Amino acid sequence: MPIFSQNQATTAENLYMNATRRGLPKEKMTDNGMMSRAKVLTIDNMNPTVKKVEYAVRGPIVQRAVELERELSEGMKKPFAEVIKANIGDAHAMGQQPITFFRQVLALCSYPELLSDSTFPEDAKSRACRILQSCGGFSMGSYSASQGIDSVRQDVAQYIQRRDGGVPCDPDNIYLTTGASDGIVTMLKLLVCGEGTSRAGVMISIPQYPLYSAALAELGAVQINYYLNEEACWSLDIPELQRAVNEARRYCNPRALCIINPGNPTGQVQSRQCIEDVIRFAAKERLFLMADEVYQDNVYADGCQFHSFKKVLFEMGPEYSETVELASFHSTSKCYMGECGFRGGYMEIINMDDDVKAQLTKLVSVRLCPPVPGQALMDLVVNPPQPGEPSYNNFIKERTATLSALAEKAKLTEQVLNTVEGISCNPVQGAMYSFPRITIPEKAVQEAAEKGQAPDMFYCMKMLEETGICLVPGSGFGQKDGTYHFRMTILPPKDKLQILLNNVKEFHQRFTLQYS
Amino acid sequence: SCRLFPTVREGITCGDIQPAAWRDRAAANMSQQAVNGVPARSRVLTVDNMNPNVKRVEYAVRGPIVQRALQIEKELKEGVKKPFSEVIKANIGDAHAMGQKPITFLRQVLALCAYPELLEDNKFPEDAKNRARRILGACGGHSIGAYSASQGIECIRQDVSQYIERRDGGIPSNPDNIYLSTGASDAIVTMLKLLVCGEGRDRTGVMISIPQYPLYSAALADLGAIQISYYLDEDKCWSLDIAELKRALNAAREHCNPRVLCIINPGNPTGQVQSRQCIEDVIRFAKEEHLFLMADEVYQDNVYAEGCKFHSFKKVLFEMGPEYSSTVEMASFHSTSKCYMGECGFRGGYMEVINMDPEVKAQLTKLVSVRLCPPVPGQALLDLVVNPPQPDEPSYTSFMKERTAVLSALAEKARLTEQTFNTVPGITCNPVQGAMYTFPRITIPQKAIDKAKGLGQVPDMYYCMRLLEEEGICLVPGSGFGQREGTFHFRMTILPPTEKLKVVLQKISNFHLRFTKEFS
Repeated sequence: MPIFSQNQATTAENLYMNATRRGLPKEKMTDNGMMSRAKVLTIDNMNPTVKKVEYAVRGPIVQRAVELERELSEGMKKPFAEVIKANIGDAHAMGQQPITFFRQVLALCSYPELLSDSTFPEDAKSRACRILQSCGGFSMGSYSASQGIDSVRQDVAQYIQRRDGGVPCDPDNIYLTTGASDGIVTMLKLLVCGEGTSRAGVMISIPQYPLYSAALAELGAVQINYYLNEEACWSLDIPELQRAVNEARRYCNPRALCIINPGNPTGQVQSRQCIEDVIRFAAKERLFLMADEVYQDNVYADGCQFHSFKKVLFEMGPEYSETVELASFHSTSKCYMGECGFRGGYMEIINMDDDVKAQLTKLVSVRLCPPVPGQALMDLVVNPPQPGEPSYNNFIKERTATLSALAEKAKLTEQVLNTVEGISCNPVQGAMYSFPRITIPEKAVQEAAEKGQAPDMFYCMKMLEETGICLVPGSGFGQKDGTYHFRMTILPPKDKLQILLNNVKEFHQRFTLQYS
Repeated sequence: SCRLFPTVREGITCGDIQPAAWRDRAAANMSQQAVNGVPARSRVLTVDNMNPNVKRVEYAVRGPIVQRALQIEKELKEGVKKPFSEVIKANIGDAHAMGQKPITFLRQVLALCAYPELLEDNKFPEDAKNRARRILGACGGHSIGAYSASQGIECIRQDVSQYIERRDGGIPSNPDNIYLSTGASDAIVTMLKLLVCGEGRDRTGVMISIPQYPLYSAALADLGAIQISYYLDEDKCWSLDIAELKRALNAAREHCNPRVLCIINPGNPTGQVQSRQCIEDVIRFAKEEHLFLMADEVYQDNVYAEGCKFHSFKKVLFEMGPEYSSTVEMASFHSTSKCYMGECGFRGGYMEVINMDPEVKAQLTKLVSVRLCPPVPGQALLDLVVNPPQPDEPSYTSFMKERTAVLSALAEKARLTEQTFNTVPGITCNPVQGAMYTFPRITIPQKAIDKAKGLGQVPDMYYCMRLLEEEGICLVPGSGFGQREGTFHFRMTILPPTEKLKVVLQKISNFHLRFTKEFS
């Protein structure tokens, strides 16, 4: 119930009354008859757009998992010895070791006295010196430029140029960010305007990574869903994009198209042809393209290859490369490094209007700067040890070990889950997740409905309570009506993953039996 | 299916923040298009169809004057001749950039956390290793590369609440009420975001001081909330007057719904330290007027003036008894960027929420989860700030020595700044009781005001731009913080090393005299 009455005072006489009314919140009668004053900030008078925000990856199921962990540590008996949090792509939490070279440089940057320590390799020291020299007062503790440290942005631009076979990249178009999430939300914020049917609409895939839906809810933008085709390995169809945009034009102003490639939660890797088609579609429909490419090194399937939107755009010639507006996002959290905690990332913007860019630069300045250790880490990711440098061999060894283990785990996950009746799983071509479809018996759907839960939430909650495995229900990402999924990361070490998959399998069989 | 959400309302600013160079730019762009008249395929995203709230955002601390300073630095590097050899950026409270050395203990622990192999290295003291082990033990996979809980690492939140309890003489603090953040800015914006609602005359109003730290006005513009300006009393050392709060509130009730009162103590940019009595009065006012209190206390260790002391809002609130301590809703903010550590780049911080409705708190927890977690190195650093070496630990002596050196140098520089400026005719300066800035009032001759007008600049922007071009000193004009109409100020940080600060003060004094003469 709103605390303040909604009547609008318009006359001058009413102004005084109105002011008085606004100053006096209603007294609230409590059970024991005492007059207690309602809070200033309540669920009824807080920001309504915040209430609409949902983020399943850290939603109720994860809260329950944390509770279970606590109960276990307090000695409570459970049918499992540990909680396995397969809900999130958090490589180090799953036991992946940090890349030695990166951490050496970060230690040197944190405590430059170590520069005189002979146990650190020379290439780590020279990277650290270069980073410190571009910090105010040679310290990572000073603010950087809001757009990010100059020399780091230059290294990012060179990395992109190498990655894209020489397509030029201007450091002025690089903005370092606090993880990719920050860059994505900032870009969406710039795009949101208009009221009613002119309100900005943003096209996102279903299933999607829920950062997008959460940001759109918070910004009060209109979410436009386009569905990926599960039967064709979660591929993206242009006719489906067309259907979605045509329908949306009736009630909003579609302005942006978001693509996640490699896909999260769905693990598909887009073909070059598909990217070209998407770019053509964006040009035709006048959409700003947002390419979430944080899994660009995570491609496992034979015949699949990562193609950046930027590269394809420039290969399509000036008609496209000089007109289509694009922002692409990368981060230090995924790929082979998995350094989520540092919140490093960047975005590259292409063909952005100069005045808008000035507004973007101003907007990011309010938050002063992205965390400098994250910027330093980003620099190492885009400028790793080179052949001939002392750390090269070890770096490549560590990197390759992580990526080939991931490729193996991607295959293992697909194979094991597809042996279970009632679970079907597309190949994990890339990224870090499997998003299998699960059959939930009608009786279980009914029981879930009685509990007011989505059927796949009911399923995942039950799995958590019985096996200690924490997954995210498909409903948190969006899915076609009547279908059910879960997202599971493939990150646990292989032997642990094997056990986990077996437990999932056994649970599913038990669950199916119980409700059939 | 698509979801339709209520639209975001455009904000109205009722403060006196000076007009935007950005807006002028937008207007220029429009007229240019009109002149060309060419229907070249326009961009999807233009300054005319972008988020209008973003256009209203202004942040002078990193505004046009800083951009020009960067340009000049580049020109100097390219060998362009200037009347100075380096640009001194006194625009921002960035201690390390000004040459302040990091605290050794803090950096040792951070190095150990970044590269745990160093735990075998006997060069590192045992207390540093113990802290690092404890932090790593609380990280997923024992790595600061893992995501933490969105609210922050649990054991760090426990350390924060113990720190608050010690600071506040035993008043209890619950770790569940602590949210670690990406610098204090992040938490301030998050709290404001929760509070914004309503449309038209029911739109949320937020009371902020004038002068203010422009993060507040920028966040309010971005959120489309209403800024309610209350003026600090420059003649009484920038003190806060309850009658002025009352005036501002009553005026605002005619066009919005005031819900929040923001206080910065010690003050930024004004350097005043609030008395205990004043804090009590503010709390009483907030209760009477049913306002949510936001206490920005990031300069809590930066108190220099004799007779001044930092009193936390939390402590005073609890000393006022349950009538207040169990009802007044409050959030207080702290950070790793200021005080004696000055570790801005790590973006560490926390907020403590008090008397927050549990349902709202659940929404807050959900909201912060979308951004996954604050940077873990910043969380680790915050842990060390709230849990520094103890008297019986090996690093204690050197830690205290470094800490005291920084704080006493700052106290000296605060005095030096006030004294020097007050010798210059046309500059008057309140004592820098705390924080890291001086905000002196400057007399700008009428002819200079006219000249500025001719250039389309605010007079103090013109003054600061000239100072930058002639002396290489980068300050922020008072108009970026707000000031009473017809008065002019600048903000300058007192952070440069004493010898350099003396040079800066001398250069500004000389410039001021020259400027005054030129326009009189």
